[in-house]
Amino acid sequence: MRTTIILKTASNYLLPVLLVFSIFILLRGHYLPGGGFVGGLIASIAFILHSFANGLDKTKELLILHPGFLLPVGLAIAFLSGLAPVVLYDLPFMTGLWSHDPIAILGSVGSALFFDIGVYLVVNGVTLTIIFTISESA
Amino acid sequence: MLTAILTGFLFSILLIFAGRFIKGKLSILASLVPLGLFVYFTQFISSISNGEIIMRSYEWIPSFGVDLGFKLDGLSLLFSLMITGIGFLVFAYTSSYLKGHEYLDRFYGYLGSFMGAMLGLVLSDNMITLFVFWELTSISSFFLIGFNNTNPASRKSALTALGITGIGGLFLLAGALLLNNIAGTYSISEMLTMSEAIRGNEFYFLAVLLIFGAAFTKSAQFPFHFWLPGAMKAPTPVSTYLHSATMVKAGIYLLMRFTPVLGGEQIWNTTLIIVGGFTMLYSAFHTIFRTDLKGVLAYSTISALGILVFLTGLGTQEAFLAAAVFIIVHALYKATLFLVTGIIDHQTHTRDITRLSGLNKIMLPVGIAGILAAISSAGIPPTLGFVGKELTYEASYHSESLVIFLMIAIVLTKILLLYAGFVAGIKPFTGKLPEEHSNVKMPGFIMWAPPLLLAILGVIFGVAPFIIESALIKPVVTSMGGDASEIHLALWHGFNLVFILSLITIGVGTALYFIIKPSKKLEEGIAKFDFIAPENILEKFNKLFIMISNFWTNFFQNGYLRNYISIIILFLVVLVGYIMVGNTRFAIDYNSLSKITVYEITTTLILIAGIFYTVFTQSRLAAVAAMGVVGLSICLIFVFYSAPDLAMTQFSIDTLTVILFVLVLYKLPKYLKLSDYKTRLRDGILSTIFGLIITTLALEVLSEPVSKEVGDFYAANSYIEAHGKNVVNVILVDFRGADTLIEISVLSIAAVGVFGLMKLRLKMKDRRRYADTRLSEENENKKQ
Repeated sequence: MRTTIILKTASNYLLPVLLVFSIFILLRGHYLPGGGFVGGLIASIAFILHSFANGLDKTKELLILHPGFLLPVGLAIAFLSGLAPVVLYDLPFMTGLWSHDPIAILGSVGSALFFDIGVYLVVNGVTLTIIFTISESA
Repeated sequence: MLTAILTGFLFSILLIFAGRFIKGKLSILASLVPLGLFVYFTQFISSISNGEIIMRSYEWIPSFGVDLGFKLDGLSLLFSLMITGIGFLVFAYTSSYLKGHEYLDRFYGYLGSFMGAMLGLVLSDNMITLFVFWELTSISSFFLIGFNNTNPASRKSALTALGITGIGGLFLLAGALLLNNIAGTYSISEMLTMSEAIRGNEFYFLAVLLIFGAAFTKSAQFPFHFWLPGAMKAPTPVSTYLHSATMVKAGIYLLMRFTPVLGGEQIWNTTLIIVGGFTMLYSAFHTIFRTDLKGVLAYSTISALGILVFLTGLGTQEAFLAAAVFIIVHALYKATLFLVTGIIDHQTHTRDITRLSGLNKIMLPVGIAGILAAISSAGIPPTLGFVGKELTYEASYHSESLVIFLMIAIVLTKILLLYAGFVAGIKPFTGKLPEEHSNVKMPGFIMWAPPLLLAILGVIFGVAPFIIESALIKPVVTSMGGDASEIHLALWHGFNLVFILSLITIGVGTALYFIIKPSKKLEEGIAKFDFIAPENILEKFNKLFIMISNFWTNFFQNGYLRNYISIIILFLVVLVGYIMVGNTRFAIDYNSLSKITVYEITTTLILIAGIFYTVFTQSRLAAVAAMGVVGLSICLIFVFYSAPDLAMTQFSIDTLTVILFVLVLYKLPKYLKLSDYKTRLRDGILSTIFGLIITTLALEVLSEPVSKEVGDFYAANSYIEAHGKNVVNVILVDFRGADTLIEISVLSIAAVGVFGLMKLRLKMKDRRRYADTRLSEENENKKQ
C-alpha cells in the first residue's frame, strides 16, 4: 500500500496524542460525555491509523502482544471490580465502592472507574482483533 | 452413604490424573474400589434383615423440596450388593480382557462413574435425585457402549441407546413432577404413606403411564427393546455389567419401588402382565434366530426382564418372592454367560455359535462355568435357577384370572430360555473341537475366575437357599409391600403340578436344543420381517426428521447474509405490521414537536443523497463511502438533539465500520453488477415498508403519554448514589453494570469467533482425515 509521507509523519505524532485523548475521554466519562466504550474505540482508531501509515507489522511490533490478550485482561478487571464489594465488604455483586477523598486529577475514584477501564480494554481489544484479523486475511 | 455413591465418581475423576498408572500392570487394583464398596454394603445385611431401614438426608435445594435423600432397605441393598459385587468381578475381568488397551483408563473411568450413578439410583429416596442418577446412568452407558468409537456401528448403537433411555428419563422427570403435585413431596417414603390418596387421584392414570414409560425404556420392554441388542456392540465387560446385571434392571427396580405406592390397581397390574408377558415370549422366541452369542444373550436378557415385569404385575406375595429370587438367579447366570462369551470372543475371535464347539478341551474351567450357568438358567436342580423357576410357576398358577394363558406364556418362555441358555453355555463346550480353534489358548486366571465364581454361587444358593433367604430375599419382599414372615425357600417343593410343569419344561427345552441348530438360514429368515420391527420404524422416522431439518436449514440458512437479513426484516414486518394494523391512531400532536431548523433540513438532505448514492452507485468503495456519509449525518442529528454521548460513539463506530468495509472489499473486483433489477426492486419495497413501519412506530411512541419515572430515577440518583454527573455513563457502568459486563463478554466472544473463523482453519491433514471418516460413515449407512 502506498502511503503519503504526510500521513506517515503525522501518524507518529497522532498515535500518542490520540491515545492520551482516549484516556482523557475514558476518565471524564463520569461527569461529562465520554466513557470506556468511546475511549476504547478512539484508542483502536489510533492504532488502526498507525497501521495504515506504517503497515500492520510495525503496529504489531509496537503492541508487542496480540490485541486479543486485552480481552481476558479487560474482562477480568471489569469482573473483579464487580466482585470486590462481595469479597471485601460482603455487599451484593457490583455495588459501587468509592474513595472518601477525591484524588488529584481523577476526582473521586470508585469501582465504577475500574469497571470502565475494563470496558475500555475489551472494546479496544475486540476492535483491533477483528480489524487486524480481517486485514491480514484480506 | 453419600460417600459410597460419590466414590465411583471420585475414582473416575482421579483417573484423569492417575490414568497412566492404572493402564499398565496395576490395572487390577482398580477392582479394589467396587470390592471396598461391596464390603461396606455387606455390613448392613444383618440390620436390614432385622427389618431396619437406614435413611440419610443431606440438604440440597430445600426451597424446592429437593434433598439428597438416601434410603437403604431390602430392595436397595440387594441392588447395591449386585452393583458392587458383580462390579468387582467385572473390574477385575476387564483388567485382563482389555489388557494393554490404549484407553483402558478411560474405560475404568466410565465404569466408575456408571457404578456411582447406579448406586445413587437405587439408594435415592428423593425422586429428583433419582432422576439425576437415572440420567447419569444413561450418559455413562452411552460412553461405554460407544467405547470403540472408531466403529460407526458402535457409535450408532450408543446413540440409539442414549436416545431411548434419555426419552425414558424425561418420562421419569415428568412423573416425578406429577407425583410431587399429587402428593406434595418428592420423597418416595413419604409417598408410601399416602398411597391411597395417590391412587385415588384423577391424575393417577397419567402418573402410572409416565413411570411405565421410564421403566419400559430402561428395561428394554417391547416396543422399546431394540436398543439392547444394539448395545451389544460394547466390549463384553460392559454387556455383562450394564446389560445383564445392573442398568437394565433399573426399570425393574423403579417398578418394584413404586409397587407399594402405585400398585394394586387394575391398570397397573394388567399393563405390566401384558407388556411383560409379551416381551418375555417375543424375545425368547427371537433367541432361536440368532447366531451371534451376544445376540442370543441379549434377547434372553430382554426375555428375563419381561419375566420380572410380568411377576411384578401379578402383584401377589408369591410373585414378589419369585421376582426377588429371579433377580439374583438372573444376575448370577447371565453375568456368567456374558463373561464366558467374552472369554470365547477374546480367545477365538469369534462369537458365531455355528463355529464354536468342543472348547472344553482347551478351557475347562470356563466350560464348567458356562455349563453350570446354563443349568441354572434352565432351572435344573440343584441350582438357584430351579428354585426361581418353581416360584415363578407357582406365582403364575395362583394368579387371580386367566391362569391358563399365563401358564402357557410362562412355560413357553422358560422352554425357549432353556434353549437359549444351552446354546450360550453348553454348545461351545461340547462336541468336537473344530480345526480352526485348535491353536486357541487357555485364558488367564483373572479371566476365568469371575464367571466360575458366579456360576458356583448359583449352585450354592440353590442347594442352601437359606443363606440368602432372610439376608436378602425377605427384606426385598417387605420393601415391595409384601409380608415376608411366611417365606421359606427350599429346593424341594413336593410333587405337584408345578413340578410336573418343570419336568415338561426341561424335557421339551432339551429336546428343542437337540432339534434346532442355530444357523444362518434361520437368522436370514427372521430378517425378512425386519421392516415391521420397531427399530426400523424408528429409523425411518429419524431419516424423515433429518430430511426435514436439512431442508429447513438449507432454506433459511443458506449462507448468504442478504437472505438472513431479508428474512429477519420480513418476519419483523409481518409481526409488527400485524400488531399495528388496527392499533395505530396516526394522531401526531404537531405542537409537541420542536421547530425544524435549517441545519436539520440540510443534514437530512445530505443523508437522503447519501442513501441514494449508496443504492445506485456502481462501485463498492463509493457505496461504502456513501454509507459513511449517512452514518455521519446521523451523528450530526444526535448532536442537534443534545445527545453528545451517542454522537461520539456513533462517530467512532462509523469510522471503524468504513475501515472494516474497505478492508473486506479491497480484494474484490472493482466493478460488479451487485444484483439484478428484480432483486433490487424486491429489496427496495421490503426496506421501504420496514422503514415506514419503524417511523410509524416511533411516532406512535411519541404520542403515548410519557412515563418519566425511570428517567427521573436515574437523573435524581446518579450523583447521590453513584457519584456521577453523566447519567448515561452512570447507567452503563453502575446502575446497569451487569448488562454491560455481559455485553463486553459478548463482544469478546464475537472477536474470538472472527479470529477463529479466519485464522484457525483446519489444517489440510486434519481436513482430509475428517473427510475420510465422513465418507466411510456414509458407505456404512448405504450398506445398511
